[in-house]
Amino acid sequence: MSLLASIRIALIALRVNALRSALAMLGVIIGVASVIVLVSISEGTKRAVEAQIASFGANLLIIRPGSSIFGGRRGGAGSATPLTDGDVLALANEVPGMAGVSGEVSTSATAVFGGVNWSTRISGVNADYFDVRAWVIDEGRAFAPAEESSGRRFVVVGQTIVRELFDGADPVGQTLRIQGQPFEIIGTVAAKGESSWGADQDDIIFMPLATARQRLGAGQRPPTRDPVSVIYADVAAGEDVDRVIADIEDILRVRREILPGAEDDFSVGNLAEFIRARNETENQLGLLLAVGAAIVLLVGGIGIMNIMLVSVTERTREIGLRLAVGARQRDIRNQFLIESIVLCLFGGAMGLAAGIGGTLIYAEIGQLEIAVSPLIVGIAISASVLVGVFFGLYPAQRAARLNPIDALRHE
Amino acid sequence: MSALIECRNLFKTYQMGDTKIRALDGVSLEIESGEYVAVMGASGSGKSTFMNLLGALDRPTAGFLRVDGALLNQLTAEQEAEFRGRSIGFVFQQFNLLPRTSAVENVALPLVYAGVPAAERRKRAMARLEQMGLAERYDHHPSQLSGGQQQRVAIARALVNDPQILLADEPTGALDSKTSADIMALFDSLNRDGITVILVTHEQDVADHAKRQLVFKDGRVVEDRS
Ligand SMILES: Nc1ncnc2c1ncn2[C@@H]1O[C@H](COP(=O)(O)OP(=O)(O)OP(=O)(O)O)[C@@H](O)[C@H]1O
Ligand SMILES: [Mg+2]
Repeated sequence: MSLLASIRIALIALRVNALRSALAMLGVIIGVASVIVLVSISEGTKRAVEAQIASFGANLLIIRPGSSIFGGRRGGAGSATPLTDGDVLALANEVPGMAGVSGEVSTSATAVFGGVNWSTRISGVNADYFDVRAWVIDEGRAFAPAEESSGRRFVVVGQTIVRELFDGADPVGQTLRIQGQPFEIIGTVAAKGESSWGADQDDIIFMPLATARQRLGAGQRPPTRDPVSVIYADVAAGEDVDRVIADIEDILRVRREILPGAEDDFSVGNLAEFIRARNETENQLGLLLAVGAAIVLLVGGIGIMNIMLVSVTERTREIGLRLAVGARQRDIRNQFLIESIVLCLFGGAMGLAAGIGGTLIYAEIGQLEIAVSPLIVGIAISASVLVGVFFGLYPAQRAARLNPIDALRHE
Repeated sequence: MSALIECRNLFKTYQMGDTKIRALDGVSLEIESGEYVAVMGASGSGKSTFMNLLGALDRPTAGFLRVDGALLNQLTAEQEAEFRGRSIGFVFQQFNLLPRTSAVENVALPLVYAGVPAAERRKRAMARLEQMGLAERYDHHPSQLSGGQQQRVAIARALVNDPQILLADEPTGALDSKTSADIMALFDSLNRDGITVILVTHEQDVADHAKRQLVFKDGRVVEDRS
């Protein structure tokens, strides 16, 4: 018998008992819907995490004096010997596979333009900083390496400064005042929005590191000369991040005269790793929920099996007749298998609709960017077919093995 | 040439707890192609059991049975299905039409399993319905047809595969005498066209249509008159 004919027979059989079929599908509907919601959310979260990582710089390493920022080791950044311009230079020159290195000192100050005051963060950085931290120049330009130590009063401003002091107009070429000193704006950076902890990343003014130190006294830590509070390093794509970290540690241990066997008094953090690790726990929770959804689907499958067994019993005489007019066992088996698959596919389609709806609602409430991918539709369909085959097989086999005479005599 | 149906020492026993029921107890006979046979006998004498064996709906416990060239005591399930579809047309007392399915689709059912394409199925089913005088009822469901009409749809279904043998187990058992006569006239004409007709009946006037009468008693053929 052809597949199409079997599907038609299945549809007729399901329509005859529409309510019963719908109830039998319920488990599959709920199961598929929850699988879809969970997979969508976990995909969306993963994408959000990757976007967050990308906004920091994909292979960003953060080097700080003192204890590890992520590892929970003892010691405080405040008490440790600061890192210096010399360390920045050494890392840039001596570690192979580095795409960029920049120190940073920061302070807060009030910027003034046209009679408006705006309290903001001042960040003194090296020329590499913009690339290393994935800041994109929007208008004008960044400073050149040659301008790093010139002490010239150049600044690159974030979008919040553009908005608050310039009403959104292009400020390049304008001069604003910080602590009474004039600074020429040579560029702006594109917006990054809020950080994951809710701080406004665009509320910032960048200037060459030496300028921030000399003009604004940022980051001074006597008796250390030329201190930086943190060093950012960008590992070139394709390089072994762990090897680069090891090289950085070797160089800094020598420069900071740490005896063999003694602990590091600085830390090299891998932010992407940290964020991924943090999300690992969330993923495990997601996995647990997915197992729950799979169990719901399984229970749904048992519902399908039950209804198929009822269907086989009810149609025993029909089976006997089909056998009497030449149906082979496999014709009967396929007929019921297809009926079970069609039933599950209906349930799967409804579950898909419900799951997409649920996902969209969650995206709306959770303000998460979630897309229902074709992959998920594929999962829903194959899960339904699988449930249909798995739980339909036993009833279908039972139907196929009926003795024609017993079946025909069945009341 | 050997007979169309040949059975020798056919046994069918059912085990019911401790007791053995000999539904067929050593039946040996031959039926030639084109014969018209009535099977008679008391209730429980083994008539239906015999018919079911001839149609490969059931398997003998022991004995030799050849029908239309097939050794029925040796077939696999798959070969049995093929045999039923090719050689046999069944007519049942209770018609056994599929509910919620049109007359023409009921008639075409055996062709579905014979792998005949849809358009051809419909053509052949319509031709058989026409032969039964039911052409204009082709899209009626069984519930919309009288008993006699339903039995004629069932006969059309039995004939649609052009079988050698028509097996009818009490085909008039559920019908009134007027309708029975119509159905029997139909069997007569089918037999005249060369189909081997074997039917079970309790009624002598029905049996009188046949040219040969077999009488069963306790699983044996006790009378075989032509
Ligand atoms: N599946 C079965 N299990 C046990 N015994 C059976 C079975 N089928 C038939 N029998 C027994 O076999 C014997 C023959 O039955 P069969 O149906 O052939 O009789 P019959 O001649 O067709 O009777 P009727 O005229 O009432 O239809 C009976 O005694 C019956 O009880
Ligand atoms: Mg009987």
